Amino acid sequence: MGIFIFFILAILCVGSVLGMIISKNQAHNALFLILAFASLGGLFGLLDAPFIAVVQIIIYAGAIMVLFLFVIMMVNVREGIPPEKKKWTLYLSLGLAVVLVIELIFAFKGAFSLTGGAMEKSGPTDLGRVLFTEYLYPFEITSVLIIAALVGAIVLIKRRKEEE
Amino acid sequence: MTEIFWLIPFIPAISTFVLVVFGRNLPKKYVSYQACLAVFASFIISVISFIGLLKTPHEHYPIVKNLFSWISSGNFDVSLSLQFDPLTAVMAMVVSGVGFIIHVYSVGYMAKDNGYTRYFTYLNLFTFAMLILVMASNLVLMFVGWEGVGLCSYLLIGFWYEKHSAANAGKKAFIVNRIGDAAFLLGIFFIFIHIGSGEFTAINEAISGGAITQGLATLIAILLFIGAIGKSAQIPLYVWLPDAMEGPTPVSALIHAATMVTAGVYMVARMNLLYAFSGTAALLVGVVGAVTAIFAATMALTQNDIKRVLAYSTISQIGYMFIACGVGAYAAGMFHLFTHAFFKSLLFLAAGSVMHALSGELNMQKMGGLRKYLPITYPTFLIGAIAIAGVPFFSGFFSKDAILTQAFAQRQYFIWALGITCAVLTAFYMFRIIFLTFYGKERLDPEVKKHIHESPRVMTIPLMILAFFSIVAGYIGLPVVIGEKLNWFRTFLKPVIPEAHEAHISMGMEWLLILISVAVAFIGIYIAYIFYIRSPQIPHNLVTRFPFVYKLLFNKYYVDEFYNAAFVNSTVKGSEIIYDHFDLKVIDGAVNGTATTTGFLGKILSYFQSGLIKDYAIVFLIGAILFLAYLLF
Amino acid sequence: MIPISYFLVLSILLFILGVAAFFIKRDLITMFMAVEVMLSAANLAFIALAKAANSIDGQIIVFFIITVAAAEATVGLAIILLVFRHKKSIKSEDIKLMKG
Repeated sequence: MGIFIFFILAILCVGSVLGMIISKNQAHNALFLILAFASLGGLFGLLDAPFIAVVQIIIYAGAIMVLFLFVIMMVNVREGIPPEKKKWTLYLSLGLAVVLVIELIFAFKGAFSLTGGAMEKSGPTDLGRVLFTEYLYPFEITSVLIIAALVGAIVLIKRRKEEE
Repeated sequence: MTEIFWLIPFIPAISTFVLVVFGRNLPKKYVSYQACLAVFASFIISVISFIGLLKTPHEHYPIVKNLFSWISSGNFDVSLSLQFDPLTAVMAMVVSGVGFIIHVYSVGYMAKDNGYTRYFTYLNLFTFAMLILVMASNLVLMFVGWEGVGLCSYLLIGFWYEKHSAANAGKKAFIVNRIGDAAFLLGIFFIFIHIGSGEFTAINEAISGGAITQGLATLIAILLFIGAIGKSAQIPLYVWLPDAMEGPTPVSALIHAATMVTAGVYMVARMNLLYAFSGTAALLVGVVGAVTAIFAATMALTQNDIKRVLAYSTISQIGYMFIACGVGAYAAGMFHLFTHAFFKSLLFLAAGSVMHALSGELNMQKMGGLRKYLPITYPTFLIGAIAIAGVPFFSGFFSKDAILTQAFAQRQYFIWALGITCAVLTAFYMFRIIFLTFYGKERLDPEVKKHIHESPRVMTIPLMILAFFSIVAGYIGLPVVIGEKLNWFRTFLKPVIPEAHEAHISMGMEWLLILISVAVAFIGIYIAYIFYIRSPQIPHNLVTRFPFVYKLLFNKYYVDEFYNAAFVNSTVKGSEIIYDHFDLKVIDGAVNGTATTTGFLGKILSYFQSGLIKDYAIVFLIGAILFLAYLLF
Repeated sequence: MIPISYFLVLSILLFILGVAAFFIKRDLITMFMAVEVMLSAANLAFIALAKAANSIDGQIIVFFIITVAAAEATVGLAIILLVFRHKKSIKSEDIKLMKG
């Protein structure tokens, strides 16, 4: 039964990413991505990470992609982007991607044989406990990072009076 | 009282430093005071140390002060250490005392010059270097001072560097000096190899202890003497001194009369044990001195430029000093150095005063009858001339006589004869100057005559002081005939210059020699009188009768031309060839080539900077792949 | 139980798809989305390995990655907006100021 759900979610995920690649409309791309993130959330749930799954959906699919959609709306490109001229960089990059695949497979070779038992503690309580003891420092720093990003984005986007 | 002697060189050094750093902003008056007072302070300390030295028993000589261990590498140790003993005391007092007087004179002489501060900076630097030279306790530090005075000589000769002749003269001085210095260095190397240390005390111990053979001693002595030949302008390296007259006159007085050129004599006197040990080297010194003395005196006979005559005269007088060293009378040589400092610098400064009065005129043929216009310059010049001619009761007589007597006593009759001949010539050419310049018909340029004036007090007072010393300085070294104990100078130097090799002659013989010296001096003066006052047509007749001889003398035996053809031109040509083929093509090529290559590589690399995000991303990808590959395999 | 290897293969696949998308697409916003895809692929790998190693640290790391990705997306989109205001275009070829 688990495998069944896995395959459904996996196909959904890969499919939506492929759809994102194929579609030329940015809004469509964004929607496909939301679907991909949602299925990823499900996959996380399958992996005994319920908290992370929910966080994924709320933040990634819910916040970040909405941000993307807002920007797409503001940019508002009416005309479509003409198809790409086939430059050699494209083929080079695709070739390199293949090389990368092979390397990654090699990299993960050792891990393929692993199977994991069910994780005992993976709920929010357990996560929180570890977060606030062992990983306290990165936690605090991350909060500073978020504030910095916030302030940065506001400062960047503010229109100066003279500019207009 | 002698503990402070090591300050003597450093006060001028500090003054130099201040002038170098701040000189541009300092007012002229302040510069004059600082420069002169610095040298005066050195003089005072020299005198104080000298008095203290008198009170110290002889066993403690020399008093050494080790300031700083400079080089210490394996067995090779050289330290910055200064010493004070009678010989150093004499030199230090002469350098700082005469130096001070000349500094004061320069205040007046260079008053209107734009490079006033630069002049005093160099002059102070020179004083510092010279004092290091005479106070060094080892050969290496002495060589540092040696080179330092050579440098200052170059800087001061070429002081008016916009004048081509001055710049060339400075170069010539430095290069000719260098030749001598190369030999000097070789001598130092040999000393280090065989004796192991450059300290004078160590060297003297080694020599008296028999640590080196006579042959080796001769070699070292000759090498060091070649250095002295360059520095003290003897044959064959004298050619720079006449050209050095391009520099300001006080410079000629200080450097090329009283101090720097006498450094060679000081060095020989300091190393007297070495020269005494190797008879051959001493003989060489004496012969070179004698030949140079005559040779230079002959060249002085025909020159029309006052300073040139004085320059040749200096070369000749230093020849006398080397004669003394050659026959073993090192103390007599030093005594002549002492008196010569006074009357030669007096002569130069007085000549400068004459030039100042005549708005820069140097040619004696355009002078004459100046004695009524220059009431102070004339008598002082006269006193200097009388002193150098060897007239009794003036200082030159005592020192010259001491040398010639010793030469005779050592049975070096040939050298003695050369010395006597040279004395005639000396008296002659000095009084030729006096008669041509101050007596006779006035041959002045009318423009010059309009502005004629005696020099200001700041210039004439030094003249008077030097004139005073030119008279009395001789009395500290009275000859033996007058009183055995009265040669105070000789006695003072005994700890440094042992009496081992000096010979004695009978009283009668000595009086005879004195008489001959005196007679010779007066003969010379009388001949000059006849030539230039009584029958002024005689010189002209002689020139027409013996044109070849005159041309030879006037053109200084064509030595400069010979050197140019034999050495200078080929070197210049060779360096031009090297410049064209090696310097321009290889070295410049390499440097420019590096630049061009870098530019070329840069151009290639700039193709990668297309500015497009995707291209950069590809590079990322490649990098990530490579990194991953590295980690995996 | 689902073998971990399936998840890892999926992660690799998603990552490569992200890389390909980055190089295929021409407009900035979609390229940026491809970056997010790559990040998520990495997240997946982390969670899978966390389960395999029975350690909760993997999930913590993913937590932080998601946070940082959010911050980065904010700033990145702000920059894209600025670029658009300036160049009036979101094609990646049009941004060539750093040439040379």
